[in-house]
Amino acid sequence: MDAKLVFLVLTFSISILGMFAFVIALIQKQVLVPDSASKSIFGKNEIGLTELESNGNISKTWRILDQSARNPILFFIVSSVIWLVIGSILGLLVSLKFHQPEFLGADDFLTFGKLRPLHLNVIAYGWLSPAALAVAMWLVPRMTRIPLQNNKILYGSGILWNFGVFAGCVGLLYGYTDGLEWLEFWWPIDILLAIAGAMVAIPLFKTVYKSKEKHLYVSMWYTICALIWFPVLFVIANSHFLHTGVQQAIANWWFAHNVLGLWVTPLGLGIIYYLLPKITGYPIASYQLSLFGFWGLALFYSQVGMHHLLGGPIPTWIANLSIVMSAGMAIPVITVAINHHVSTYRHFHVLKDSVVLRFIVFGAMSYTISSLQGSLHSIRTFNYVTHFTHWTVSHAHLGLYGFTSMVLFGGIYFALPRLMGTNFRKQYLINAHFWIAAVGIIIYAVPLGIGGWLQGQELRNTSGSFELSLKITMPYLFLRSIGGTLMLISHFLFLFNVVGILKSPKDTVKS
Amino acid sequence: MSKAYIFVFGGVSTITLSIFLFVLVPRLQISVVNNEGKSIQSPYTRSQLEGRQTYIEYGCVYCHTQQVRDPSAGADKYFGWGRASVPSDYIFDRPHLLGTMRTGPDLSNIGLRKPSRIWHHLHLFDPRLLVSWSIMPGFPFLYKTVQIENSPAKNAIKIPNNPNLWLLPSEKAENLVDYMLSLKRDGSIKDINNNIQKGKKNEF
Repeated sequence: MDAKLVFLVLTFSISILGMFAFVIALIQKQVLVPDSASKSIFGKNEIGLTELESNGNISKTWRILDQSARNPILFFIVSSVIWLVIGSILGLLVSLKFHQPEFLGADDFLTFGKLRPLHLNVIAYGWLSPAALAVAMWLVPRMTRIPLQNNKILYGSGILWNFGVFAGCVGLLYGYTDGLEWLEFWWPIDILLAIAGAMVAIPLFKTVYKSKEKHLYVSMWYTICALIWFPVLFVIANSHFLHTGVQQAIANWWFAHNVLGLWVTPLGLGIIYYLLPKITGYPIASYQLSLFGFWGLALFYSQVGMHHLLGGPIPTWIANLSIVMSAGMAIPVITVAINHHVSTYRHFHVLKDSVVLRFIVFGAMSYTISSLQGSLHSIRTFNYVTHFTHWTVSHAHLGLYGFTSMVLFGGIYFALPRLMGTNFRKQYLINAHFWIAAVGIIIYAVPLGIGGWLQGQELRNTSGSFELSLKITMPYLFLRSIGGTLMLISHFLFLFNVVGILKSPKDTVKS
Repeated sequence: MSKAYIFVFGGVSTITLSIFLFVLVPRLQISVVNNEGKSIQSPYTRSQLEGRQTYIEYGCVYCHTQQVRDPSAGADKYFGWGRASVPSDYIFDRPHLLGTMRTGPDLSNIGLRKPSRIWHHLHLFDPRLLVSWSIMPGFPFLYKTVQIENSPAKNAIKIPNNPNLWLLPSEKAENLVDYMLSLKRDGSIKDINNNIQKGKKNEF
């Protein structure tokens, strides 16, 4: 009891002190940023120039920074792309099993309940996390204007991380699981991943620390905080001995939603905030607004998780708190949306030339839609319909695929030629990837959302039966497999393109 | 390092606030229930616990919830899934198996709804033997089938519409069914509240 009280008082005072310090910083105008700082991502004479993914006119300053940690970044990118292909094959198998329950069902390893967590963990820890980290490793030197420090550590980290994911997956197949959604990996594996994660953070933080730049661009705020948040979340949520009963469910969904909110979302937004102005050649619409959006996300998003347990046996105050915070998320989402969409609108014509911008804009639009959808279905009236249904699955894929993965595709397509100093000429293949993936996620998410809604209506129908709630979803589950197949095809194309970029001839550098 | 400290500071304090609200306070609240609710719950037996581990291994939780909502939230009660869940239903559950998806029905009181061992074994072997519209995966790898005229073993089960075909459950399957049959969350809420209030004031 005493130790608990100490922690209680400690965390409460730290957070209150933090808020207090923040208000003081605000009063002393430490927090506000000059609008001119939004131009800090451009080099000399770069404003007004559209920068396409082919890197013909890149200046030497960027090239030196880009290539400062080339090989470890490449390792992260290539491994994550391979995991993506594996993860989406697993996803498709799982999807097929919904309408073909006998399909590959006779084998212990291929049963639905084993492939489903495998899909989630491979995508979350094999693809999203390392891919987002790789793009962040490429961005940090560009924004701090110094090479990535101590980047040799990243080899060790990459190997350890990938080994951890692999071992975790094998463990799941053999029944070594912690049994909690998003936290399935067996706990010794979690320790490996935590060490590997810390090894990524060292070079990134050191680079920020050593930087002499007066102002850090908005993408850096998101990256710095994501790198602080995720390790804390991961360690606390995986310390299973701390949690018990229903409280474990609370901690479980606190973690699971914060993985999205405080890890992949900030990293994804950081990439949009960088690439959108960089490609169009003009700074973001309102830099002050981006500040607002950032702190809003930090405050609101860290407290939304309990909308996963509405109607469940959890204390009402904590459910209500999460509903309020989820609705509050509309504030940072709308500010970010204004910033992104106004910037896009002003330079819409660039979409004609830049395929990467299409990925980024699609991602930004999905972020707005899925976040507002999230705020909406956290409200009890909506939640009581959508809870326990495929609507949630559709929503999760809109966020993690439509937003995060699309942005990461764009980020990798933009970063990779610059890291390699090559010029990939088959832009139509990248374009094909974009369209197949975009059509795929739309066919996936829209029908599944509708099916989920109908399912939820049936689960509320007091004169109905469970049978009806299942039967009504069947056509939508079939459509999901079609969307999923398209997504998988696009990922093979992605792998093909990444290899193509790696093998392209070296480009000449403009001095 | 410019103004990075503001973000480090702000980031740390927001996550600390979040830990305070979502980990520590609920932990204190729920530990009250844990102490007071034990008298109305019986702990799992060894075989039930092993069955629970099988339930976890085969990912049952991804389609089946073990939390019943209040009638204001859903038709759970009308589907026969019992009373709304309370925190003391989960005292012996580690890891928790509340679930968030209902591709399949809720299992909070499956032991009451389907008390037959034979039903569970046949259903696990091939769900569509008993429920034609089911999309649940079968678990044939947990069973052996034997073609013989008389019962080959004490726990063998005759497969319907199949002359002389018998089902031999593995130990895993037996334990899993033990666990399923133990799920009878039926303690009346009045008892639970009384028990909680006997000790400390109800903090909900």
